[in-house]
Amino acid sequence: MNVELRGITKRFGSFTAVNNVNLQIRAGEVLGLLGENGAGKSTLMNVLCGLYAATEGQILIDGNPVSFAGPGEAIRAGIGMVHQHFMLIPVFTVAENVVLGVEPTGPLDHLDLVQARAQVREINDAYGLEVDPDALIETLPVGVQQRVEIIKVLFRSADLVIFDEPTAVLTPQEVVEFFAIVRSLRDSGKAIVFITHKLGEIREISDHIAVLRRGEIVGHADHPDAISEADLAELMVGRPVSFDVKRNPNPPGEPLLEVADLTVLNNNDDVAVDDISLMVRSGEIVGIAGVQGNGQSALVEALTGLTRVAGGTVSFKGKDITRASARERHRMGFAHIPEDRQRTGLIPAFSIAENMVLDSYYDDRFSTGPTMRWDVVNKAAAHAVVDFDVRTTSVFDAVSTLSGGNQQKVIVAREMFRDTEFLIASQPTRGLDVGSIEYIHSRIAQARDEGDGVLIVSSELDEILALSDRILVMFKGRIVAEFDGATADKATIGLAMAGRYEGAAA
Amino acid sequence: MTSTPISGPVAQKGKKLDTTKVRQAHVTGWILLGLAVLAAVVFGAGSEGTATFRLSRPNDPWALPDLLIPAAAFNYLVAAVLAFLGVRQFLRGGLRWTSLSLGLGMALAVAAFLVWATAGKGFSLTGMLQATVVAAVPITLGGLAGVLSERVGVVNIAIEGMLLAGAFTGALLGSLVGGIGGLVAAVVIGGMFGFILAALVVTYRVDQIIAGVVINLFVLGVTSYVSSQVYSEHRFLNNAPIFSPIRIPVLADLPVLGPMLFQQNLFVYGAIVMVAVATYYLFHTRMGLRARSVGEHPRAADTLGINVYRTRYINVTVAGMVAGFGGAWFTLGSVGRFDENMTNGLGYIGLAAMIFGRWHPVGALMAALIFGFANSLQQKLALLNTPIPSEFLAMAPYIATIVLVAGVVGRARAPAADGEAYVKE
Repeated sequence: MNVELRGITKRFGSFTAVNNVNLQIRAGEVLGLLGENGAGKSTLMNVLCGLYAATEGQILIDGNPVSFAGPGEAIRAGIGMVHQHFMLIPVFTVAENVVLGVEPTGPLDHLDLVQARAQVREINDAYGLEVDPDALIETLPVGVQQRVEIIKVLFRSADLVIFDEPTAVLTPQEVVEFFAIVRSLRDSGKAIVFITHKLGEIREISDHIAVLRRGEIVGHADHPDAISEADLAELMVGRPVSFDVKRNPNPPGEPLLEVADLTVLNNNDDVAVDDISLMVRSGEIVGIAGVQGNGQSALVEALTGLTRVAGGTVSFKGKDITRASARERHRMGFAHIPEDRQRTGLIPAFSIAENMVLDSYYDDRFSTGPTMRWDVVNKAAAHAVVDFDVRTTSVFDAVSTLSGGNQQKVIVAREMFRDTEFLIASQPTRGLDVGSIEYIHSRIAQARDEGDGVLIVSSELDEILALSDRILVMFKGRIVAEFDGATADKATIGLAMAGRYEGAAA
Repeated sequence: MTSTPISGPVAQKGKKLDTTKVRQAHVTGWILLGLAVLAAVVFGAGSEGTATFRLSRPNDPWALPDLLIPAAAFNYLVAAVLAFLGVRQFLRGGLRWTSLSLGLGMALAVAAFLVWATAGKGFSLTGMLQATVVAAVPITLGGLAGVLSERVGVVNIAIEGMLLAGAFTGALLGSLVGGIGGLVAAVVIGGMFGFILAALVVTYRVDQIIAGVVINLFVLGVTSYVSSQVYSEHRFLNNAPIFSPIRIPVLADLPVLGPMLFQQNLFVYGAIVMVAVATYYLFHTRMGLRARSVGEHPRAADTLGINVYRTRYINVTVAGMVAGFGGAWFTLGSVGRFDENMTNGLGYIGLAAMIFGRWHPVGALMAALIFGFANSLQQKLALLNTPIPSEFLAMAPYIATIVLVAGVVGRARAPAADGEAYVKE
């Protein structure tokens, strides 16, 4: 199936998310669609798979114009999409998820699960996917869940398969396996669209590359080798970029944070952090790598005093702080950039100034008795906004009106606009544009150079490698490997992230 | 492709820290030991003579002999079993059976209580079981209405109002055009309130709790006004026929089970059939799979071409019809006349039954039977002249609600999108 997008434009109110895009998608080829977060890649593909109606423009399938009133019609036309956030129902089995919407039925609307299972097995065998049709989705690792998504698309006999940021949740090993699946799909004659912001991956898997910036196609390459990674990056961002953070000039100092035999339970009383010991020195960035959901969140919550510790001790500069409250830790010089800026980092409806003092409103600087000193707060916020490059017209604007990058900078400003000694940053650049990533990385490195101890938790291995002086890998609640930041290589860390590292654990 | 299974962030189930489980077991153990003391000191030492439980009625074709239980001995035995179960909780082997032991212990304690109250007197067990089934009907139907709407992600607090509306309409139309007409009208009015709830929460995205409460207050206000202002003048408007019991040949003659299940009116049979149909619908049909997907992950359902809004409208409307049918039980199936606020919170107990039944129709039925049992126990015990004031006994169904929902049920999981409005992009 060949698909052509002709002059596609999508506006949301006055905002143009996609502007006059022309694209050719051909059977038996992988089209790589590169762009930053917010460049309009997902919007464009949601138009193609019928979730959005295009404001202007045409979609042609094998030369015939088509229009979709909803996702159902796009599916029937042979267009399937594997979403970035999996569209799977956790409490259903694989077979139930696969057939949902196009179920085989008998008399009385009876759901024919026997046939459903058989059909799943057929697709399994045809593409070597190996998924148990009776497994509950919530018990499967993400890599397998992704295969279920692929089976879903194939079950609906899609000829065009769109992958939206498919590798974001995978370990490096899973990415290799995933690419093998994509190639086998391509070789069987499917047309593939591969959406990503990762430069290396797009050159590895694509037959053609198109680069999207601010909703417009800004560059094409007919062959991945026809364009260098640096040129791709420049096309994507619109200016030359450097992803290198300068290394630590000074050797690390005294141990700052020491964690011994820490065990933390999650809300279901399952063990999330399993007997972890680690240490962070002043003037050192320690990175914690690992696939999301391996206990990193619970570790960060325990270190920042947001959750109860089930066993073990945390000490800071030799003092036991295992039971210290979040505020006590904050006063000792802890700074915390939480993983979810919308939910735990900020109060979106509050103004920038109000968000800036969420951690220190009680301080004598900002309040007299029960009365807030808003004049002082606003002045301090105005300072911080300038200092941390938050792009806004006023500190009175609600944080929810800012872009993701600027929201994150508000958090960084609040946490670091004072004398800190220890910084915990969890997914500090998730979903941000390249400019904001560069900036936040430089602030983190600066804190380290000023003698802070820094602990970074990220599922982006590139981020860990760029920043860390030392790398720890978390897997199933344990630290399974330790690497030196300067010499660590991606493949070995990837193995450890999948729990297959044979070296000595830290 | 490699054939090695990919290891990833699989939830580490089963690997719970022993301490939490042990704590749970110890709490259970103390409760069981407490019940053992109660059974021995109050029920055991306080009983004299024999408790006589009548299993048959005089004209039953196959009569069973009365069950004679030496009260004190029986209760000491119960106390011993409870103590054994309690002590087991403190030993290592008891960990696996914690909730089962608690459930068994509660049942035994209730049995001991019953024997103590009956000691030296006679008590019709069959009568009480029959009353249990009857009392369970509105709770079952309320719970079923809850299951149907919450499975598609709509929290249905309005069940109480729908029951009340069904009761009112059933009585009014029943008085005017007869029982069948009243029943149909009750179902229609219940469906109408279901549709209104769906419109409020699906289309207008009103908070689901608030929308439900508004419906409850509206129905309570209107029906109370009419019954106090209009019915006092025009009594013929509130004088509906009652559906009489239908004997099912042969089965109705079975001892105990016959009176319980096969000599009941339309509402009991209707409730059982509806539970069966709903179970088949939710778990064995295409429509049911789609409905559940809407309650778990509406966005995913939408991407697969399932109409989330229509699914919610249909299911919530049907839930309203079920509740309307349940409401008619209060008037057409029971007393034949409408009284102010006659549902008296049973809709909320229906919701509790839904939770205790883990959002499953059969579970809701079982839970409703427990609540029904507590209710009929209270009524029958009032006849036995126990030293406990009848006001305390009247609390039994509500205490059962609290204990069951808070204690025994554990962590039941609601549909993931329960209570959330779905906004199409």
